[in-house]
Amino acid sequence: MTALSIAIPGGIGAILAGLMFTLLRGDRKSAIDLAVHIFLAVVMAVFLAFLAAKAIDNPGGFLEILVGGLLSGVLYSLVALGFVLIFKASGVFNYAQGAMVLVAGLALVRSLDFLTASGVATVVAVPLAILFSGAVMALCAFVIEKWVLRPLLNQDGLTLFMSTIGATFVLEGLAQMVFGSEVYPLKLFPTDPMILLESVFPGGILVNKLDVWGGVIAGVLVAALALFFQYTKTGRALRAVADDHAAAQSVGIPISWIWFIVWLVAGIVALVAATVWGTKLGIQFSIVFLALKALPVLIIGGFTSVPGAIVGGLIVGAGEKLAELYIGELIGGGIEYWFAYVLALAVLLVRPQGLFGEKIIERI
Amino acid sequence: MRKLLGTAVIVGLGLGTAAPAFAQGEQFIPVLSYRTGAYAVNGVPFANGTLDYLALLNERDGGINGVKIAWEECETGYATDKGVECYERLKGKGTTGAAYVSPLSTGITFALTEKAPGDKIPLLTLGYGRSESRNGAVFPWNFIAMGSYWTGADVAIQHVAKEMGGFDKLKGKKISLVYHDSPYGKEPIPALEAFAKKYDFTFKGIPVTHPGVEQKSQWLSIRQDRPDYVLLWGWGVMNGTSIKEAAAVAYPRDKMIGIWWSGAEPDVTPAGDGAKGYKALMLQHGPGQFGVHAEIKKNVLDKGKGHAKDDFGQVLYNRGLINSFIGTEAIRTAQAKFGKQPMTGEQVRWGFENLNITEARIKEAGFEGMMKPLKLSCTDHQGADLARVQQWDGKEWKVISDWYTADRSVLDPLVAEQSAKYAAEKKITPVDCSKAG
Repeated sequence: MTALSIAIPGGIGAILAGLMFTLLRGDRKSAIDLAVHIFLAVVMAVFLAFLAAKAIDNPGGFLEILVGGLLSGVLYSLVALGFVLIFKASGVFNYAQGAMVLVAGLALVRSLDFLTASGVATVVAVPLAILFSGAVMALCAFVIEKWVLRPLLNQDGLTLFMSTIGATFVLEGLAQMVFGSEVYPLKLFPTDPMILLESVFPGGILVNKLDVWGGVIAGVLVAALALFFQYTKTGRALRAVADDHAAAQSVGIPISWIWFIVWLVAGIVALVAATVWGTKLGIQFSIVFLALKALPVLIIGGFTSVPGAIVGGLIVGAGEKLAELYIGELIGGGIEYWFAYVLALAVLLVRPQGLFGEKIIERI
Repeated sequence: MRKLLGTAVIVGLGLGTAAPAFAQGEQFIPVLSYRTGAYAVNGVPFANGTLDYLALLNERDGGINGVKIAWEECETGYATDKGVECYERLKGKGTTGAAYVSPLSTGITFALTEKAPGDKIPLLTLGYGRSESRNGAVFPWNFIAMGSYWTGADVAIQHVAKEMGGFDKLKGKKISLVYHDSPYGKEPIPALEAFAKKYDFTFKGIPVTHPGVEQKSQWLSIRQDRPDYVLLWGWGVMNGTSIKEAAAVAYPRDKMIGIWWSGAEPDVTPAGDGAKGYKALMLQHGPGQFGVHAEIKKNVLDKGKGHAKDDFGQVLYNRGLINSFIGTEAIRTAQAKFGKQPMTGEQVRWGFENLNITEARIKEAGFEGMMKPLKLSCTDHQGADLARVQQWDGKEWKVISDWYTADRSVLDPLVAEQSAKYAAEKKITPVDCSKAG
């Protein structure tokens, strides 16, 4: 049994190492690149072989963590999607996306509390509160486009990025000033656990219903965004602006309007993320830290790819949970916070544009 | 015109945020607090309680023995760098500089422990900070009044043993600690390891990284490991998230015991029904309104000069009141020796070291029912080893235990060992307490 539990993961690791090296071969340019790629392929293979050994040892436990991690990753993707939308359309890395989730969440939960306290039935109060918070996000989009982005039109990306850092602090401060800075519970989705495959694994596999809801919502959101980009006039205009601002402007596409729309869509995505994360944690300031979780997701998936945000989220979610549980206990734990960045760094070394990002070729 | 308007706004902002000027003859107390950020939910009620008691002394008594109190709040965000920055900015203010500093963070306390002796400013760390700083001979400027994390660890284990039917029943059991991965969360580990050795149970520490919003892997590991009890050393958003995740993996909440910083209203209310049954230690006091609250209401809040809102009488608001009570009593004690005038940090240190808050004084100050007598000395900067256990019933905290006294036969050698280690590392010659005045 011991020999088997070493041989199987070892074999898996060797196959994966070979596979990864072959995949990475295309981008190899120099001897240093080759060395880096071999090193990363070996490290990754050892990690995966180690996980395979753990899976053989306790398949139920491994599957539980893996499923939990993948579902958590979908929740990260919900936040990452907002970044991707804005980056695609305007080339701006919107640091304020986390703050937008906070604003949307606070507007939603505070208006919902107000309506229910005023005696409005929950079935009516929830849509009204969603409408109100949607309107708040539209106002944010209008203000950011008019007073932050428009005056900086044609400035370089770093200037626009810095302006979104400024917008972050203003949004965080204003939202807490207007709506309060306590923890506001929100319960829009069920949060109780389900035990699956109890007859297969002792104790079964625990999955939280909220995580499943998060997965479904992310799926619907991605499908809706794909339809919007593919089949609507505004969506096509958005793609044109993403490809080339000047060319899009020359054929009569109004840049200001498109930017407003894209910030509004990012605001709506932030609102959707707030409903799920708010149910999980309560609406509170710490929600802004989700922006930091979305960053490695974007680096891995690529800043310009909606499917990349989903796949990146899945890799980060599963990777950090498995690493925390299996590697964390070997080195004293607490690695979840930075492990996602280690994964992102590894991807940056071999594919700077991310797994699904567009490779930018600039001619001089 | 636009330029003029801009200048006016800048000047206006400058005037609006200008630091308060302190009158000659006032006693200055810096207030390090956090009203924004991930830990604001816990920082706000504590800061409100701290300030409302100081305001009460000024409004009702004209200060401490007629010496008016001045204070300035500084936002640390629970970050060590910002905390040190606040300390540096405020330490020299007022007629005699800072009387004492309450860092309200173990991380900031660790950093200031190095600075306080040079600046001659005492640190009041009520129920937090370096546990070995009980030894005043090595830590003359730290006052870990009322309890340390080792006291908390001891009381938690005593309560677990009681629920299991005796210390002998701990043998072979599993106790896990879910802790904030910071100096604060790591502090009880040496004590829990000592207890694990003494009572032969398996101890496992499970760290959670700042701010603690993502704990799925930790709680899935708990589900697989099935410990008999889980101790919680969290702060801010981490507490509520731990309780929610415990509910999500169906870990029984009545097998969870939080430290006194994980046992306030903002820790349980976000989890809703999921928090029902959760237990936490009490740093002597719990929630509720006592004599001092009536005085604050009459003399401060009704005059529109207070800070309390819904948090009036909540656990952390009450702890803020006690923090200011102990600090100002140290100033009062110092005044009895050095005269009724603003005290220097060095004089207040003497006040802390000779502090004796009796039953009668507690009653007179309106704190009866909130705390027990407290007596500090050169050798003992903690002064008390008492705690109780409370349980959240879904609506409010209920006291479910009698008073526990920490077992000093285990903790004192630990204090001696760790403080001697610190003294050797920092090349400190311990104070001869037999000669302390």
